[in-house]
Amino acid sequence: MSTFLNLLVYGLADGAILALAALGFVLIYKATGVINFAQGEFLLVGAYMFYTAFVVLRLPMVLAVVFGVVVATLIGIVIERLILRPMVGESPISIIMVTIGLSMLLRALVQMFYGTSPMSQPPLLPRTSISFAGATIPLNRLLVVLIAAVVLTLFTQFFRRSRHGIAMRAVADDQQAAMTMGISVRRIFAMAWALAAVSALIAGVLLGDISAVDQNLASFGLLVFPVVILGGLDSVPGTIVGGLVMGLLSQFVSGYLDPGLATVIPYIVLVLILLVRPYGIFGETRIERV
Amino acid sequence: MAATATGIHHRSYASELRLRATRAEYVRLALLAVLLVVVPFVMDNYWLSIINTIFIAVIGAVGLNILVGYTGQISLGQGGFLAVGAYASVILSDRIGLPTPLSIALAVALTAVVGTFFGLPGLRLKGLYLAIATLASQQIIEFFIRRDYGGFLTEGRGYINVDRLEVGPFKIGARSVFEFQWYWILAVIAVLAVICARNLFRTGLGRSFMAVRDQDIAAEAIGVNLTRAKLTAFAVSSSFVGLAGALTAHYSEVVTWEKFTLEVSILYLAMIIVGGLGSVAGAVYGAVFMTLLPVLIRNVANAASGSVPFLADQLPAIQNAVFGAIIIAFLIFEPRGLDRIWQRMKDYFRVWPFRY
Repeated sequence: MSTFLNLLVYGLADGAILALAALGFVLIYKATGVINFAQGEFLLVGAYMFYTAFVVLRLPMVLAVVFGVVVATLIGIVIERLILRPMVGESPISIIMVTIGLSMLLRALVQMFYGTSPMSQPPLLPRTSISFAGATIPLNRLLVVLIAAVVLTLFTQFFRRSRHGIAMRAVADDQQAAMTMGISVRRIFAMAWALAAVSALIAGVLLGDISAVDQNLASFGLLVFPVVILGGLDSVPGTIVGGLVMGLLSQFVSGYLDPGLATVIPYIVLVLILLVRPYGIFGETRIERV
Repeated sequence: MAATATGIHHRSYASELRLRATRAEYVRLALLAVLLVVVPFVMDNYWLSIINTIFIAVIGAVGLNILVGYTGQISLGQGGFLAVGAYASVILSDRIGLPTPLSIALAVALTAVVGTFFGLPGLRLKGLYLAIATLASQQIIEFFIRRDYGGFLTEGRGYINVDRLEVGPFKIGARSVFEFQWYWILAVIAVLAVICARNLFRTGLGRSFMAVRDQDIAAEAIGVNLTRAKLTAFAVSSSFVGLAGALTAHYSEVVTWEKFTLEVSILYLAMIIVGGLGSVAGAVYGAVFMTLLPVLIRNVANAASGSVPFLADQLPAIQNAVFGAIIIAFLIFEPRGLDRIWQRMKDYFRVWPFRY
């Protein structure tokens, strides 16, 4: 029972972070139709930016978060402007490859400036644990779930209520119709990349705090693919469900069966979903015409 | 006044189907043939080893281009398929004791089967979904060779040492002639692979691949069997890749899972992007370019290490950064790759002094 509770909390924490990372991915896909293979590197860059502000520049935590958010926004906008905008209208293969190239470039840049060894960063969330039903549950995992829940709610409300959120949904639905209504599609594209970078920053900082600030953050990012395929590539609620399912699944497999298998089980699930229901649980089925 | 050529115009189907239309193309072919024969006698072992690696990369890149460039089915599973070819051939020849050519042939067939199996999602998915599905197949194959359940693959050692290549009475000799002898084997196989691929696209089957790439629903409407075309493309492509994998194993004489990671898949994709999607020659240029690039970067970094020690220390990171930047730059500035640049250069001189 105590193992079960532990795995549950660990799985929920992983899942919440995955949901945040996947949220950025879905944002970009929904608004711009780009599959971003560099989402994992966004986590990596985000975590290192925060590290730079918090440890290297010794800023207080709140300012460090602000610094990270500003830098992430800038990076998102610059990447959209310089790399993705010239690619508008190209084939999916080219767009996928350009984000793969971007991911190699970002990871290499981080490696150049910070090296490959893990960075030592003082804990942000308390490292104490609480006892519950015979299990010791680390407090920071619970806080991670809480923070992720707050951020995800904020993002969801942003899409539902705010002017920009509604404009983004309009662009996602039909770019030309949105243009005729006076929405600047370019600005929406830039905003999608900036928001994705910010949500990845939050995910990266949280993940860096509960594991370590090192290059592995990027490989964690590859797990967004099983998450978004399960939830549906264009569904925001889908990312939350998908993230939690994948987080729990890999923790339970790792706890009860085999930790090695846990790294690959999401991909096996992914293939099964693609064979049965390619558009995911919440995804919109597209009808294609010649 | 002499007339100026304005381009190549075909007047019959036969002339359009020919692989080479002009005298200049025959001259270049002859020069290339002479170059291929002369190279092993003038290069030292270090450069021969690089050229041998290029030959293997050419086979793999041509195979991948059949799938990605000609059929439009993106695949991130290249590393996994290379692994299937490598492990299958080595286990069949060294452990079961089949003659090496037979084991390579069987490995090629097996990779074709595995490739077709992982191509099955491609019947329902396309574009980005297929990319994600093949990413999953890469991760799954990589996991199985890394984990090696029951020690079936490596007998618990984590790697396999491969016996020196032996074909009938002929055996590859010691280090001094090793690269030289392999050069001829690999050169012949690579040239054959290129000729096969080139001719594939003069046949109905090859053309049906291109029809699927350009518009799959329209292709089906004019009578292309979509299922057959896609699965054959996966089979043909992965058999080339399996051949490259098997040759890698026998040539480098050691097989580990590290040689078949996702990075390898991306490297091969980079080759065909840089070379030119949908062009056999492009795959060759890309393979040459992307294999020489790390060598070049290493030499530059070493040469500059006296004044800028940072370069030599950060070599792997710099190589990756340059790789990423080159992929991005080609996609933005010349999406059709080196092949297109070469065509433009030829056209420029052919129609000179006119612009087009």
